Parts: sequence; C-alpha cells; structure tokens
Amino acid sequence: MDRKTPLYDIHIAEGGKIVPFAGYLLPVHYETGIIAEHEAVRTAAGMFDVSHMGEFLLTGPTALDSLNHLVTNDYSAMPVGRARYGVLCTEDGGCIDDLIVYKFADDEWLMVVNASNRLKDFAHISENLLAGTHCEDVSDSIAQIALQGPCSRDVLAKLCDADRLPAAYYTCTRHVDVAGIDALVSQTGYTGEFGYELYVAADTGAELWWALREAGRSCGLIPCGLGARDTLRLEASMPLYGHEMDETISPLECGLDFGVRLDKDGFIGRDALIAAGKPARCRVGLEAAGRGIIREHQDVYIGDERIGHTTSGTFAPHLRKAIAMALVGYGHATIGTEVEVDVRGRRIAAVIVPMPFYKHA
Amino acid sequence: MSTIPENLRYTASHEWVSEEDGIFTIGLTDFAQNSLGDLVFVNLPQVGDEVVAGESFSDVESVKAVSDIFSPVSGTIIEVNEELADAPELINEDPYGAWLVRVGGVTESEDLLGAEAYAEVCESEE
Repeated sequence: MDRKTPLYDIHIAEGGKIVPFAGYLLPVHYETGIIAEHEAVRTAAGMFDVSHMGEFLLTGPTALDSLNHLVTNDYSAMPVGRARYGVLCTEDGGCIDDLIVYKFADDEWLMVVNASNRLKDFAHISENLLAGTHCEDVSDSIAQIALQGPCSRDVLAKLCDADRLPAAYYTCTRHVDVAGIDALVSQTGYTGEFGYELYVAADTGAELWWALREAGRSCGLIPCGLGARDTLRLEASMPLYGHEMDETISPLECGLDFGVRLDKDGFIGRDALIAAGKPARCRVGLEAAGRGIIREHQDVYIGDERIGHTTSGTFAPHLRKAIAMALVGYGHATIGTEVEVDVRGRRIAAVIVPMPFYKHA
Repeated sequence: MSTIPENLRYTASHEWVSEEDGIFTIGLTDFAQNSLGDLVFVNLPQVGDEVVAGESFSDVESVKAVSDIFSPVSGTIIEVNEELADAPELINEDPYGAWLVRVGGVTESEDLLGAEAYAEVCESEE
C-alpha cells in the first residue's frame, strides 16, 4: 500500500500527476511539465516535496564511534552544524545506501537516507550500533521541502532572518523561524543548483509549503516533481541509489572516493574495498552524438566489444541534449572515447565526456 | 480534459486518423501528448516503409519515457513530417496539427473509433 506524505493534498491541489515512488504517492510533475520545472530550478527557483526521505536520529555517548563504524566517511573532528556525505557498505564493499549525516552535537546526529532503503538501512544500522548509541527512525514525524535555484536565498530571506541561513554548502542551522515554523535549514540539495533543504514537523509541512510558494511567486518559483528532480540530478551527474550504485557496486566503482576514507580504521566494508584494489570498472558520463535518447540498462559498445552498461539516461532539458551515466571497464573510461549504445536494437553514437555535465555558475 | 475533434477518427492506443482520397494521415491525440508530457524525440520512419495495422511504426520519447506509436492501417508511408525531427514539442503544442506520417496504398484498416467512443476510452483511462 503506497503511503502519502504530509503534503499529498497539496500535490492534488497543485495539479500534480501522482505516481507511486519508493512506497509513496508523489507527483512526477505538475501542470507545468518536467522541462519548465527543470528550467525554473536552473534559472529561478523550484520547490520539491521530499518528505519521503528517511531520517534517523543517532544519539548517545558513542554516537560518533558508531557512525565511523557504519559509514565510509570520517565524522571525527567535524564541527557542529556541518553535513557530510557518506555510504553504508556491506562487509563485501557493496553499497547498502548513500546518505547525508548532520552533526547537531557530539552525541546527536541526523542521518538522511533514501526512502526506498529506509527499512533495510534501519535494520543494518540497528544491528551494528556500538553499545551506548541509540538510533531512532523519526522519518514519519518530519516533512521535508527542497527549495532549489538561484533565487532560493531571496525567497527564504522574505520569511526568516537571513543572517540565520546556513552560509556555506553542506552546513545547517537548527531552529530557524521560517514564517513562524521551526525549521532545520541546510544548504544542500540534489539538483546541482544553489539551494536549501528544510526539515520541519510533519504537521507544519503544508503551512511551510504555502508560505514558500507565496514568497516565491514574484521570482518565478514553481512546484517541481520527481521527474525534474531526476533530470536535474542527472545533469549534475549525481548518483542515484539503485542506478549508479547498489549492493553489487562499490562506492569506489561509483566514483565516490571523496566520501570513502580508507585511511579510517574499522568501518564496515573497508577490508573488502582495500582487498578489491583498483576498481575494474568505473562510472562515466556519456553524451549522445547521434540522434536519440539513451536510457538506463542499455549496453555500451566499442565496435563489437561490450564495455559496460548505462545506469541512468535522459534528455537533459537545460543542456538540450541526450546524456547518460554508465559503468564501463576501467580501461575504456578515457574522456573522448567514442562508443555506441544499443538503444532498443538501434546503435546510437556517444562520447565519454567529463562529469558533471552541468555545473552552476 | 483533452480536446477530441469531431471530424477525426481514433484508435484505442491514442492515434488520430484522417482520410482524404485514400491517403491516411496519422498523429497523436491530445490525450496522448498530455499523458506523455514534454516530448523530446520522435523516431520517425522513412518514406517507402511498409506499415502494418496494429503494429508499431515509430516511437516518441518524453523526458521520462518511450512510447510506441501504432499504425491503424496497413500500407506504405508516402510522407513524413520531417519538422518533428527538430521540433518534437510541436506535438505537445498542436497535437492535431502536428501529424506524423501519411500512408497510401492502404490494404487494411483497424476498426476506428468516432470522437464519442474515443472520449469514453480516454475517460476510462483518466
């Protein structure tokens, strides 16, 4: 049975086309359509209901040690109010999930995980917590709205004391009064654009939505659905769990080296990652040279040799071209390599290009 | 609520058809373009290609998905709307103006729906 987020009625009122996603009923787009929603984020601002994301509160005197045991990144010596990306690995070095961890205090951290992996993650975390750490799944008590785009700061500044907004990427401020609502505001996002994510009590989500909507009207802020969320993250070449990574793909194959601290002792999956050595395959960006659109799960060739497969692909609305990400043999990953992708029986020419495909000014 | 002109005929798979002097013009309905969303690519067939009633002859892609287009008639493609290759969004903007192909030498046609019957199909899929 698919669940509704606290903002479900708003999606209906806003004309959202509802689809099931990760166990939730969410809008894939509104009446404006994916391309307009995508462009709004690139040029003005867009807002997304991301309340389906999972949130776990990690507390206790050993919380930091538990985190460092569970997650690939290093959370030691991290200032309060910082956020840091990381991956939960299996003992074999595959990805259980990727996540963002916020530090509230030495003994209080928030982990934000993918909705589709929430139950699996919680079970894995609970099983591997050190004595003296408590983990609570607080997902259902939180509504989360992502406000993304170059005008995001102007929109929020109308509703709160702008000096309290997190000033740097991957930082957060707790208890910001946004239009009278108590919010955790972080400067993060999944669009490759400047923006914020706001976490509030579930029963204040709707009120926050309308306050943002009204404040953003003059700058062209529009609601955006899952479709634009996917095209935006792909244009920014951000990996998505279940596509660029899963339990059979290591974070190093996915190119997440920056979030994997092999020099850190004793995290789950470290031994396997070290034993595996240099990855045999890696994630690359593809740009179609021929006509057509490359999608996920399509084979990539050089001549007759299959060198890998695509993990995501779309028409990139802002770049106005077909792009994809693929997992290919390490020896074939050189920028500029000309390949072909089998698109439903038809070979489309493509080139390995640098990522990200798009980077904001 | 989508537009369904009275003077055209339709398939249950959301193509529209008009016939003049044995030439069948085929396009996508307003309901189809609306469900597909912003179209970004049309894989057009070529003049001279044979089409078979009930079989796919082309596909269109929106940002999110690929969708086959089925021919309501058997015959030969005599004209292709090349404009769509560079501007697939014309189908979103004017679905009944942005025809896809014209088919001649028609030997067989599916049972086509009138506007009223097609409206019922759309309603059942809403």
